[in-house]
Amino acid sequence: MSEGIGAPVKRKEDKRFITGKGKYTDDIRMENQAYAAFVRSPHAHAEIKGIETSAAEEMSGVIAVLDGAQLTGDGIGNLICGWAISSKDGSPMNMGAWSALATEKVRYVGDAVAVVIAESKDEAQAAAESVEVSYNELPVAANIAAALADGATEIHDNAPGNVIYDWELGDGDATDAALAGAAHVTEMDISNNRLAPNAMEPRSAVATYDDAEDHYTLYSTSQNPHVARLVLSAFYQVAPEHKLRVIAPDVGGGFGSKIYIYPEEIVCLWASMKTRRSVKWTAERTESFLTDAHGRDHVTKARMGFDADGRIVGFKVSTKANFGAYMSLFSSAVPTYLYATLLSGTYDIPAIHCEVLACYTNTVPVDAYRGAGRPEASFVVERLMETAAREMGKDPAELRRANFVKDFPYQTQVIMNYDSGDFEGNMNQAMEAADWAGFAARKAEAANRGRLRGIGMACYIEACGIAPSAAVGSLGAGVGLWESAEVRVNPVGTIEVLTGSHSHGQGHETTFAQVVAERFGVPLDSIQIVHGDTDKVQFGMGTYGSRSGPVGISAIVKACDKVEVKVRKIAAHLLECNPDELVIEDSQVKVPGTNKALGWHEVGLAAYTAHNLPADMEPGLKEGAFYDPENFTFPMGCFIAEVEIDPGTGKTDIVKFVASDDFGVIINPMIVEGQVHGGIAQGVGQALLEEMVYDESGQPVSGSYMDYTMPRAEDVPSFVVEHHNTRCTTNPLGIKGCGEAGAIGSPPAVINAITDAIDNNDISMPATSAKVWAAIQVSGTRMAAE
Amino acid sequence: MSTVSMTVNGKAVSADVEGRTLLVDYIREHLRLTGTHVGCDTSQCGTCVVHVDGKAVKSCTMLAAAAEGAEVTTIEGVANGDLHPMQKAFNDNHGLQCGFCTPGMIMSGIDMVNRYKAEGRQLDEAAIRHELEGNICRCTGYHNIVKSIAQAASEM
Repeated sequence: MSEGIGAPVKRKEDKRFITGKGKYTDDIRMENQAYAAFVRSPHAHAEIKGIETSAAEEMSGVIAVLDGAQLTGDGIGNLICGWAISSKDGSPMNMGAWSALATEKVRYVGDAVAVVIAESKDEAQAAAESVEVSYNELPVAANIAAALADGATEIHDNAPGNVIYDWELGDGDATDAALAGAAHVTEMDISNNRLAPNAMEPRSAVATYDDAEDHYTLYSTSQNPHVARLVLSAFYQVAPEHKLRVIAPDVGGGFGSKIYIYPEEIVCLWASMKTRRSVKWTAERTESFLTDAHGRDHVTKARMGFDADGRIVGFKVSTKANFGAYMSLFSSAVPTYLYATLLSGTYDIPAIHCEVLACYTNTVPVDAYRGAGRPEASFVVERLMETAAREMGKDPAELRRANFVKDFPYQTQVIMNYDSGDFEGNMNQAMEAADWAGFAARKAEAANRGRLRGIGMACYIEACGIAPSAAVGSLGAGVGLWESAEVRVNPVGTIEVLTGSHSHGQGHETTFAQVVAERFGVPLDSIQIVHGDTDKVQFGMGTYGSRSGPVGISAIVKACDKVEVKVRKIAAHLLECNPDELVIEDSQVKVPGTNKALGWHEVGLAAYTAHNLPADMEPGLKEGAFYDPENFTFPMGCFIAEVEIDPGTGKTDIVKFVASDDFGVIINPMIVEGQVHGGIAQGVGQALLEEMVYDESGQPVSGSYMDYTMPRAEDVPSFVVEHHNTRCTTNPLGIKGCGEAGAIGSPPAVINAITDAIDNNDISMPATSAKVWAAIQVSGTRMAAE
Repeated sequence: MSTVSMTVNGKAVSADVEGRTLLVDYIREHLRLTGTHVGCDTSQCGTCVVHVDGKAVKSCTMLAAAAEGAEVTTIEGVANGDLHPMQKAFNDNHGLQCGFCTPGMIMSGIDMVNRYKAEGRQLDEAAIRHELEGNICRCTGYHNIVKSIAQAASEM
């Protein structure tokens, strides 16, 4: 049992990583490997007048120079967005054409125009610099305001006014009426800063075409290799699925940015066919900033109304979302079904209305990044709650408490049906761990040292395991969002678990094995988790949206159910007992209270020798399952941040950070807490440090680690992570998911703490020292005047 | 092209490389020791940290030719049979998730502990966090990396 569910087992996968034996895509070297370097647009918006490749073709080591005309000429299809969203008026979203290599126009700095294939990386890069592209520069819309301004340049011909869709959710009339009758209305303009995901491993691809078999193999930094294969095959027509193997080996973090199929993978596959060479491309970090899908980038106007007792009566939200230059794979779902559906937060809100206007800009495409829509929703809800409490002179914790959802299941006004939770329990736990009651004394003590101390709370809720497939299909999803698993018991009793989930840091090789070890009472070391290879695992939807626990593990449980049925039948046949009498534990299948027992390995052997099986039973012991969830899962929690600010510099130190989460049943608390730590650090990064900045001409000005501030070890404290869990009622193990929570709850907690410390609510993320200092000057002046 | 020779993980090695070849490319591409990683172009991320003559160096900031004759240790060379205490500490404390920054973290951690011990200074949490300025991790929030290095410091 010490290796089973709930045990903080050390990770099985660690050894290869701590000894330098991890195998990431860029570590792979194929025989006959050539290198790709991309020619990228230096302009944010321009017509391509001509591409002169002859000089590059003459250079040392150059094998081929390929452009978009050749790509489209070979029938390679455009990139697509796989979730159809319709506007209020019923019209479909305006998806502009996105060719893997631009043909007529470039639409953001970094848009790929051509590719050089050469013998070495250096030769490819040198030749790429010698490809001469002539451009006719066009006016640029580098942000939401510019894109939606009258007379703005139009980025795609089929998107008038640069509008992708104008969507709504909820009851507008009811919400307007509720706000009109409210005793108090809190109104805020809120922006959610644009972020670059920055997995530490840059994206990479190694593509090989085998002309004898007319077969392709792609090693790729992917969170979902099967989805990559499906999209590459069905939409981009690179190769039919049975002629394309996608392998995602060790992947160095994803955070959403490695869900999508990018132009580079398409081009490497196509170029490997054109050149009959393996083709490798690995992004440099600046190329990552220029091409990895960014996250967030919303501007929002929100109004929340309260009755005289402080109960929320209505919530109206209007958001504009920047999609960048093209619609990335899941982009359309992020500010709609992953955002507006979470605007009820942890609260009982009788009327909600949200409208979302999505627009193109001349920037990198924007898509899901850790949390994806839910951090934006949590930020809006929790900033409003905090601000409303201050405006009404109420304790922010008590205002939340009074409005919490308390009875489950709870149907929100925005689709979601919360199955379980104890929101007050998490809040109480967090307040105790943070010593909320003792804050005033700490604030006074800090003031004696000349420091401004503040405390901020956020009670987030999120939705994981996006599901069920029929429901998401009805909302426009182009795929089903189930998961698959196969459990193979070998003749010697060892077990292989093939999963469609993909681990890129989440520790599946340990967590998933713990579930199976407990189920069959076998040692953890006798279980191998297999993932990330379309030739090994039949199909899978991959890992994102904190779905591997609630969905991926559920599929494994379902496959284990089937294995157990067969194990019981075999053992009952051999032991001459009833299958229901048997107990499976301690590597044995036995009848309690008797000496009737078989070793687990003996059952496996019996299944494969098939010398003595029940009549009509097939040999072998291997079962597969597809699990389609009944509902989303709803992790929630209460985060409390405490900050100290140096009024002389505006520098914020997070002196304490407490998280109390409800993740349902936890398999490995060590790994779950690690997920929370990492998520909080990303949220702190968003709150204090990170922003992807473009100037008005569409040039990225934070395109390297010299300019984009990643959280360092000194920027965050050690975190206090606690759990107050309620079982999820809609999946077999009661798991809710934990991957994104930290990034969802922490930005509002930090900003609420800062605004508390400086007595100025007017601050945007990232709350850099300069912004905080400026805000202190305003509030300081105001206080002096008072 | 010129021949560059050095000792890597105790073995004499030699390769013909261009003058512009970085030490990290010499290690990864010529020696095929791929535990040393490249995560940025600007010497910030620290995934490429190795030891050159006993000191932590970002191998992306050094030409291979500049390491001529040097003793270089990479992540593949820190264990002497069993895991190095720093490697073990990262496993014990869940100091890694995706593993990409981990070799650099371990190499920086070993160097940090060695320096503080040599100078008789206390490597407390604040010092560890300060010393990690040149190593970026996106997964762990540093919480367990700090714990890992603290544990190894007590065992080394």
